[in-house]
Amino acid sequence: MNDIFIILTASLVAINASILGVFLVLRKMSMVGDAISHSVLPGIVVAYFLSGDRTSPLLLIGAALTGVLTSFLINWLSKRAKIQGDASIGITYTFLFAIGMIMIAGGVQGDVDIDMECVLYGDIALINLDKVIVDGNLYLGPRAFFIEGFATIIIALVVRIGFKGFKLLSFNQDFGWSLGLNMNKWHYMMMGLVSLVTVVSFEVVGAILVVGFLIIPAATAQLITLKLKRMMLLASLLGVLAVLIGYYFAVYLNVSITGAMVSVSGLIFFVVLGLKQIKKKSNSSEFEALSTEL
Amino acid sequence: MKNQVSVEVHNLTVSYDGGPVLWDIDFELPQGQIIGIIGPNGSGKTTLLKSIMGLVEPSSGFVKIYDKNLDDVRERVAYVPQRESVDWDFPASVFDVVMMGRYRKKNLLKRTNKADVEIVNQSIEKVGLTEFKNRQISQLSGGQQQRVFIARALAQKADLYLMDEPFVGVDAATESSILALLQEMKADGKTVLIIHHDLQTVSEYFDYLVLLNTRLIAKGNLQEVLTKENLSNAYGGQLTLLSKVVDLIKKTEFPIREKDVDL
Repeated sequence: MNDIFIILTASLVAINASILGVFLVLRKMSMVGDAISHSVLPGIVVAYFLSGDRTSPLLLIGAALTGVLTSFLINWLSKRAKIQGDASIGITYTFLFAIGMIMIAGGVQGDVDIDMECVLYGDIALINLDKVIVDGNLYLGPRAFFIEGFATIIIALVVRIGFKGFKLLSFNQDFGWSLGLNMNKWHYMMMGLVSLVTVVSFEVVGAILVVGFLIIPAATAQLITLKLKRMMLLASLLGVLAVLIGYYFAVYLNVSITGAMVSVSGLIFFVVLGLKQIKKKSNSSEFEALSTEL
Repeated sequence: MKNQVSVEVHNLTVSYDGGPVLWDIDFELPQGQIIGIIGPNGSGKTTLLKSIMGLVEPSSGFVKIYDKNLDDVRERVAYVPQRESVDWDFPASVFDVVMMGRYRKKNLLKRTNKADVEIVNQSIEKVGLTEFKNRQISQLSGGQQQRVFIARALAQKADLYLMDEPFVGVDAATESSILALLQEMKADGKTVLIIHHDLQTVSEYFDYLVLLNTRLIAKGNLQEVLTKENLSNAYGGQLTLLSKVVDLIKKTEFPIREKDVDL
């Protein structure tokens, strides 16, 4: 039973992350995902401090706001202050992450406990300790599972309703502006969703490896298909596949579960890349025909 | 006369990082003509188009379209960005991209309706890409990609079209299909503003010209603009271009005295 909930929860992380990862990869903003996943830390700590509770919805809001602030700061540094793009990212997220570290070590004490280990690596094996129990004894599953499920619903709804807006943002922002649409609104909405994904996932997979869930399945799907909706579906499936294989791999070898999942995801990427290269070499026209089909 | 003006630009100055890219540009353009914006590299042509389209914040000055502010006439203006400004590996089909021409503030969160699909299909037909309708844009030639962009603008059903370098890197078939389309648009009373950098073809393509080099050098019909004085003002000491200028003047049958041309 515990196994199933770990797999289900990780699968939801994979699905949430893959859907948004597709847009990040297409916008060549993978590192912004990395930045957001780290810099939401002070938001989380402040929200912990204010609510004194790990289950507070304030946590999600606080972190989502920090994520949006991060992307705003990165934009501002690179566009207004004319700092190089990659330097802006590096400055912003290490700065915010470090502030979060100090807050954890010094400022926030007492009944609130967060440790750096958990922030960085998460601990999916322990999600079952935090149970949702109703009526005193009916066990519904780990809390993390329901939080992920809630995030999945939000992401699916927003992406579904705003699909045209996100597509325009990712393909041709200038054209969107020329239609009189405020593309900044769409950008920050997307960044808010990315923050949401990283926040709800950090307990489970940690701030570092969530980037693997965001980027690797999306990049793999991009190698296989030329259609946007199919790319999102495929990325989600690849993410779940990596979760499944990774979990049993980890149990078999008795190693880190999330580590194994992301490793498998990376392996799948290289296998697909290799197959694509071989196919390209052996028969380029045939591959093109195949891509058109896909 | 006021109702004959499509675009008017007054005292427009735009600067990036210190230096001005456009300096005190002031002009009014006629309606129903194919208008070329020409000038050397870095003369602010793209910036001018982006300012008209509200994509660039001017340091001073203003733009009016059909005597109104841009926001009041958005749906009458269509913009064709430079082809290189987007990543053509993006996973979308020809139909998907042209459909973006039907996106509006009102319908962005709604499903596309039948009328939109009809307009999109007609626009694709007009640029001769019907057989490629469902093809992914990464699998098109440069010329075909350019035609996708033009079809997207056509789908906007606008009156004023702003096109940034639509003739760059296109094959002969695309060039002639764009030219035919332009004539058709002109016959329908549309105004088309096109950035162009190849002086050799200017006299074949356009009815009216704006010659730019940070400042406005000249504007008017071909005979008024394509004088040796204007061109050397715009292109200055660029020797390789000076020979093209001579060719051009010959082509447009201007009297020329070889002695005066200092090559």
